[in-house]
Amino acid sequence: MKRKASDFAIRSNRLAEFAVERDYSLCIGCEVCIRQCSFEVHYVDEDTSTVRSRPEKCVGCHRCAVLCPTRALAIKPNPAQYRAHGSWSGEHVKDINLQAETGGVILTGSGNDKKAPVYWDSLLINASQVTNPSIDPLREPMELRTYLGSRPEALRVREGKLIDALPPVVQINTPIVFSALSYGAVSYQVQLALAQAAEELGTLWNTGEGGFHPSLRKYGANTIVQVASGRFGVSSDYLNSARVVEIKIGQGAKPGIGGHLAGEKVSKDVSATRMIPEGTDAISPAPQHDIYSIEDLRMLVYALKEATNYSVPVSVKIAAVHNAPAIASGMVRAGADIIALDGFRGGTGAAPKAIRDNVGIPIEFALAAVDQRLRDEGIRNRVSIIAGGGIRNAADVAKAIALGADAVYIGTAALVAIGCTLCQKCYSGKCNWGIATQDAYLAKRVNPDIARQRLVNLVRGWSSEIKEMLGGMGINAIESLRSNRSQLRSIGLTAEQTRILGVRPAGE
Amino acid sequence: MELSDLKASANPYREDKVYNSCAIFGVMDVSRRCFSGDRVFAAMENMFERGNGLGAGFAVYGLYPEMPDHYALHVMFTSPQGRPATEEFLTNYFRVDRSEPIPTRKTPGISGEPQVWRYFLKPLFDAETVLEEEDFVVDKVLQLNTSIADSFAFSCGKNMGVFKGVGYPEQIAHFYRLEEYQGYIWTAHSRFPTNSQAWWGGAHPFCLINWSVVHNGEISSYGANRAFLETLGYRCTLFTDTEVMAYAVDLLMRRQGFSPDAFAKVVAPPFWDEIDSTDAEQRALHAALRIAYGGLLMNGPFAVVIANQDQMIALTDRIRLRPLTVATCKNMFYVSSEEASIRLVARDPDHIWTPRGGVPVVSRIGLLPKPNPETDNVGAGAVSARGGNTDEA
Repeated sequence: MKRKASDFAIRSNRLAEFAVERDYSLCIGCEVCIRQCSFEVHYVDEDTSTVRSRPEKCVGCHRCAVLCPTRALAIKPNPAQYRAHGSWSGEHVKDINLQAETGGVILTGSGNDKKAPVYWDSLLINASQVTNPSIDPLREPMELRTYLGSRPEALRVREGKLIDALPPVVQINTPIVFSALSYGAVSYQVQLALAQAAEELGTLWNTGEGGFHPSLRKYGANTIVQVASGRFGVSSDYLNSARVVEIKIGQGAKPGIGGHLAGEKVSKDVSATRMIPEGTDAISPAPQHDIYSIEDLRMLVYALKEATNYSVPVSVKIAAVHNAPAIASGMVRAGADIIALDGFRGGTGAAPKAIRDNVGIPIEFALAAVDQRLRDEGIRNRVSIIAGGGIRNAADVAKAIALGADAVYIGTAALVAIGCTLCQKCYSGKCNWGIATQDAYLAKRVNPDIARQRLVNLVRGWSSEIKEMLGGMGINAIESLRSNRSQLRSIGLTAEQTRILGVRPAGE
Repeated sequence: MELSDLKASANPYREDKVYNSCAIFGVMDVSRRCFSGDRVFAAMENMFERGNGLGAGFAVYGLYPEMPDHYALHVMFTSPQGRPATEEFLTNYFRVDRSEPIPTRKTPGISGEPQVWRYFLKPLFDAETVLEEEDFVVDKVLQLNTSIADSFAFSCGKNMGVFKGVGYPEQIAHFYRLEEYQGYIWTAHSRFPTNSQAWWGGAHPFCLINWSVVHNGEISSYGANRAFLETLGYRCTLFTDTEVMAYAVDLLMRRQGFSPDAFAKVVAPPFWDEIDSTDAEQRALHAALRIAYGGLLMNGPFAVVIANQDQMIALTDRIRLRPLTVATCKNMFYVSSEEASIRLVARDPDHIWTPRGGVPVVSRIGLLPKPNPETDNVGAGAVSARGGNTDEA
């Protein structure tokens, strides 16, 4: 596809976000960059027979720079910036121009990229000195095994025999679970890698709301299936092929907002998996239209328990919003066995930017408040809590567990492990890294075997780091960290923030 | 000192919890024959270096044979106002059949001692079960401790009692004139807290109804244990590991009727690898206990002696990070932080061994424990037959 530069008049008066620097002393004109970029940044100028770039189309995914065989390319923030202004940033000017051109809602993908405080970074972890010994995880057992589900108030044991049976619980070998990434939002290759990695790690992956592909059902023992507002792919088989059923009420990146998968992406395979006609838009309504209140939730929870013969835990996932503690309390009383909380830094395949960046609250506060509320009400042991939405590393996991989580959900981190560079264009379907796309040409860029191995490596690495931290605290089982907030101290937070997190300031 | 503000009394620096280390000792005559505490005092004195004079105490069973069916409440008052307020409170809920000061005497090195009294009580409560009556008594004792100023009840069992305070064990024994008492179970404790302040109520043993706990430990899971217990309605006001251990004993053994073995599988459970390799029934039991009571896993070093009127239990954490030696000699069962103290008072034990981490050693009325060479740590000299590892060896 060779066109002239003059074919591409710039119709926008927006400054390009990125500058594409090509070192012509290195460029060999191999055109790899052209083939790799689905956004058509690079092209051959027929007049000069040289490879040139259109930086205004660049999304900053760095695919070309990484794959350029001679390292001739560098993608940088555009040095040409709007005039500096204390309250009108270049982003504001750019967004206004975009909407003035289109009259539409600004879409985005991935998670909130604003500089909201990350409270994980204001929490510090304790270690043992003198009064109790630290434990070396390389020499002694260190247990991360976790069970998800409801636990009974009391167990009756008589003469060494268990009288009561436990409710259904699910074993995971590390408190890290892959969060919902639906088929449609991500490619089949990505789901395959997630499913295989979950199996190899002894943890769970989550189908999201896009159905459960028949060829992935053999990983059912490591699968969470979602029942969301669109009910895509939901059938008796679907529910009974998984280890956990999750009702998705909300998502941290877009609380209160539904979803829309454009008809062009509903291929034959997506259509079969979602159980909708090929080529039609897949609309997930904002609410679940059979849940307008807490008692409605209870009916759906028990309908799903009936449908699965009480053999699997039912999870309810909500976005972390202002009154999360009261909602969570209602969810427990409605019969949820697992509560999934998704903070406002959580990712998405597509969301209105105004929603992604402004609705919801940080997972740290929501988690601390929900755990405390459920304890105050004496019902914390009846559920497991999975916290997600901005978990970036092993320390975030350890801190989440000390704030009260049983396990964490990771979505963005998993995608980054597969190759995502957070360019936030997931909604375009043109993902150059082959992750958030249904385009077969792009999707095959993810080798499921390599992606699986990278996911396994990531979770193993984090798990080893969590073991080191546990050992440092003198603890050899993950349950001894759960809600153990005395192992955390805050730095740089106000007294009020420290109080809400239920921790104490460093030095005290 | 306002004892009603337990937070300030027990934890003046507002630490996450009070840090301390200890010596513990226990002895039981399984034939229920009562004996004096001489050898307990001697054993504790032999472990002088394990305490620092900031707390010691004793629990004695078989203490009040003349009033065996009354709840014997031991209370300390830190001001003259404490006693009338407490006595008014007690008469609302109990029939007080006897009340008297606990005999004490001036003891060199002991200062700032509170007034100590004892009350023999019958609850004014029509309970259908013993458990309900006990719950009533526990509830009222905790209410007394958190709402009546300058008063702290530190013992409330039947035919048993706790004596404790700030000092070395031999000083506390002297202060309470303990040589005048006899019992068939004695447990004892000497503290080494890491801060300089101490208060009388913070010493061990801890007691709820007939259960008493002396504990040497530093539990890193304290926050998780506390969160679990508070979810179930317990209020941790003393900020010590021992308090959470005492509540775990109360919850699991007194209220839920767990055996010492099931209790141990909760607070010091086997590793998952061990659980996975046992037979199906054991696996189901041990896994269920860990899943349901994970918040009560006491993670970190501890050794504990737990007693009630029928038994004495010795237990260490699951990787045995604190010392504990047990021995039997004729009808007697001994537990001690240090083997030397046992050998001091029972020169010729029938068996002496170091129990395995997480495995409770239990003596009951009429039943002495025995070492199991296959499961207990059978190191050099750890298990020996009579005289096998003594002077003549």
